[in-house]
Amino acid sequence: MIGRVPAKTSSRTVALGATALLLAGFALACGPDYYEIPIETPIQPKLDVSAFQRVLVAGFVAGGTEDVDANQETVRLLRSQLRTKSQLRVIDADILPLMDVAQENAKPADVVDSGPREGSGTGNDHQQTASSAPSAQGIALPAKIKDEKDIEPYERLFANTAYWKRIGEEYQNPLIVTGTVLFMPHSRSGFVQRDQEVMDSFGRRRVVPMRSYLERKGFILRPKFVFIDGRTGAQMYAESYREEILYNAQQQTPALSSYFELMDRLVPNFLSALSSQKIKGTRVLLK
Amino acid sequence: MKRVWPIVVASVGVVLSAALPASAADSRSKARSQARTEVEFGMQVAQRGLWHEAIYRWEKAVEVDPTYAAAFNDLAIAYEHEGQLDKARKAYEKALELDPNNSQIRQNYELFKEINDRTSSGKDK
Repeated sequence: MIGRVPAKTSSRTVALGATALLLAGFALACGPDYYEIPIETPIQPKLDVSAFQRVLVAGFVAGGTEDVDANQETVRLLRSQLRTKSQLRVIDADILPLMDVAQENAKPADVVDSGPREGSGTGNDHQQTASSAPSAQGIALPAKIKDEKDIEPYERLFANTAYWKRIGEEYQNPLIVTGTVLFMPHSRSGFVQRDQEVMDSFGRRRVVPMRSYLERKGFILRPKFVFIDGRTGAQMYAESYREEILYNAQQQTPALSSYFELMDRLVPNFLSALSSQKIKGTRVLLK
Repeated sequence: MKRVWPIVVASVGVVLSAALPASAADSRSKARSQARTEVEFGMQVAQRGLWHEAIYRWEKAVEVDPTYAAAFNDLAIAYEHEGQLDKARKAYEKALELDPNNSQIRQNYELFKEINDRTSSGKDK
């Protein structure tokens, strides 16, 4: 009698185990029809920079708000990003005063030759070199850049191969990164739809979309990155971006914070021109 | 006897016409079942990071059953992960063509496009 009881229990256990296994198998087979999976999408670089070991972020023609020195900040940011996220060695050099270079370049030859030059050092040497390019002479450039129209005439500087070749020779033929940066204040008013939590008549919380009129202000960032072959001075590639950010009119956000917030959005795109990047994300696999 | 023949012919016709679609449906169901096995195996190996094996399985699945939207979706994800973006786009588009109302496929495709458009030419938004 005593011997039979465990035998009975064990057969019951086996039966229960088998049922559990069957149920588990069934649950697996009939489990969710989807699975969220993390992926990393590799993006090939847009430029073949295998011929270069070094990169010179030379400087930018910058304008817009005076609260941020967009030339200096852009050079600093791109150099630091390239140091950590690309294979190229970053050249630490003085930032080129490209606006001055372009303005000198635009003066008629006799004015440039006869008049005394302002400033000294590397920047001024570059001005002399740039002024020798006949294609860009005799065109007046706005002294201050406030918007897109002001920045446009400066762009011919990037086609001045003689100037860029000279810069390339000076730094042993690196890849040169330059361009324009426009960082300007911006305001926009209008109706904005936002989700708002409300209590219904039964005291339950509900989220409903609400439209309200808002006065907002912020900034627009319009950079153009130009990649130049330091061996030839020729432009290899250029890309333009536009990003904007808006806050409530009452909110006080420093211009520099907004600048970095907008640049943060663009930096991966800038880097993807030079080196392969992996973009992380998730996707849903389906059965 | 002459009256019997038309009845026999008609009966054979009815039986055949009923049997043919049934057999086609049967083979489709078999193909889907086989493809589903490949898709599920592909999902298991992809979760372990074996994306090449997953691609092999899902390519087999779409070959066996070219109407299986989920298999095209999974294949597109694997291509995307491997950086084969043209193939990924085609596979997503095929998946959506087969199942246009599937919100998960659409969401995957939108995310893929966002990356692809952002990194390809014409940046000035």
